[in-house]
Amino acid sequence: MDMLDKGTEDLLEEHGKPRREVYLDSENSGLIFPEALDEMVKYYLELGYGHPSITHKVGWEAYEALIKVSKLLSSFIGCKPDEIHYLHSGTEANNVAILGLAKAYKGRRKILVSSIEHLSVIYPAESLRNFGFKVVKIPVDGEGFLDLDAFSSLIDSDTLLVSVGLVNHEIGTIQDVKGIVEIVKDKDEQILFHSDASDALGKLKFNLSDLGVDLATFSSHKVYGPKGAAALYIREGVKVEPILFGQLSTQRLWPGVENIPAIAGFGKAVEIMYNNFDKFHSKLKTFRDRLIDGIFENVDHVFLNGPKGEKRAPDNVNISFLYCEGEAITVELSLRGIYVSSGSACTSRILQPSHVLIAIGRKYEAAHGSILMKVAPMHSIEDVNYVLSQLPQAINRLRSISPLKP
Amino acid sequence: MSSRIPLPYPRKVLELFKNPKNLGRMEDANASAVAGSLACGDMIAIYLKIDEGKNIVEKASFESYGCAANIAAASIMTEMIKGKRLRDAWNISWKEITEALGGLPSVKYHCGVLAVGALRRAIRAYFKDKNLPKWLPEELTHEEKHALEEEKLMELLYRKNDSGKV
Repeated sequence: MDMLDKGTEDLLEEHGKPRREVYLDSENSGLIFPEALDEMVKYYLELGYGHPSITHKVGWEAYEALIKVSKLLSSFIGCKPDEIHYLHSGTEANNVAILGLAKAYKGRRKILVSSIEHLSVIYPAESLRNFGFKVVKIPVDGEGFLDLDAFSSLIDSDTLLVSVGLVNHEIGTIQDVKGIVEIVKDKDEQILFHSDASDALGKLKFNLSDLGVDLATFSSHKVYGPKGAAALYIREGVKVEPILFGQLSTQRLWPGVENIPAIAGFGKAVEIMYNNFDKFHSKLKTFRDRLIDGIFENVDHVFLNGPKGEKRAPDNVNISFLYCEGEAITVELSLRGIYVSSGSACTSRILQPSHVLIAIGRKYEAAHGSILMKVAPMHSIEDVNYVLSQLPQAINRLRSISPLKP
Repeated sequence: MSSRIPLPYPRKVLELFKNPKNLGRMEDANASAVAGSLACGDMIAIYLKIDEGKNIVEKASFESYGCAANIAAASIMTEMIKGKRLRDAWNISWKEITEALGGLPSVKYHCGVLAVGALRRAIRAYFKDKNLPKWLPEELTHEEKHALEEEKLMELLYRKNDSGKV
């Protein structure tokens, strides 16, 4: 029976309406600042709804919006407005970065990516194997930090590109990208460095020129902006060939009509994050630690995935619950109004558990029982307390169903 | 994380997930079996109380380590075989289980297959020291092989990726 033919109305009716809803799946998108949405609506209905390349008023307004966001974004992340290129998603930006560099630079044929990168970094790199590239995954330690000795030995004169994310999307590891770039550039200044910084934007303060990266990816939905916008920083002088072609655009790498409302909403979201940085940062860390500590106090047989403390992203909670399976946890928590994701194979199309958790050495059952929760500035302490009141019961119920016992 | 499947579970799956029927280890079971593995993240234990004179399934229960579909499949199967002759229980197919649940996304078909695999193992275990009835094939059926493959996969994965960590 093909389930895609069916709607989900029946399912949702059975699901029912929980008494409180807490959305903790910002990894996979969802929450938006209302101000960012207002900004979008403005650019759909009031001004700038034209094409920014066309010579009329609403076109000029659209162009003005684009420039405004580039100036704003660049002021927060330490680059020039011209170095920001817009794309539709973090996934697309990572693809354009890796495939575009491979097209632009002839000769070198080796790409190094950390073994815990987002799949939108790993897969495009691996797709280049068909074109004579060698792709090597850099090992990490049990908390996701790059194994620097192993890394150093992998860099050679054939290396075109190194891609290491600033903050890991799943386990929150904050990588010493500056130090890693130094290792690379000390060996060979010509090697290019890309960093997926999607999980760093708005949640950490950093400066791109200080980090020394050549390319960096940012995604709108990860700063509680709208879906459908992302930015790729390309340092002046670095060549990236387009992989998409079309007619008319202000954006060399984005042919077609720019999504001005989404870009405007993205800009607004970044502005909100950095204008409230200290307040949000401390709030996120408080919620994160309260969740982690509360779970460890009330549930046995749990493991924290990723580092603790200052080297962990302020919003990231990733915990493995042994003796129960992650997909079942996501459904059980959903019935209680708590929305999370899992690294379990059962939530993946290919039925493989999270490559990140396997790369940090977690056993399969720990990966299958893992839950990723991301706290957000719009959460309240009551939300966090509600999660802590429900989660132990949810895990206990699933463990009571399981034939596996401690 | 990696790509996700849309899971438009039918209502029945959620209903059984919330209130599973025939859940739990059975103390007076005279046949039981486990199928599946930690590596794949799904495992089903089946317990049967078989009326030895009539060869009828008097009671059936289950335990499950797995996704919502896995729990629902095991639960509905125990409902379907209760009161059935062993031979009819043996012949329950994963497709019938899937249909009884109101359909499953294709990536979840293996949940029904695993449930049947566990059931057939339990029935086979029941006949271990008895004369095999004619209807029971000597060769492992597809569903039992599926369970075996899953279990072997776990060994393979662990050999490949033995980190000694949890």
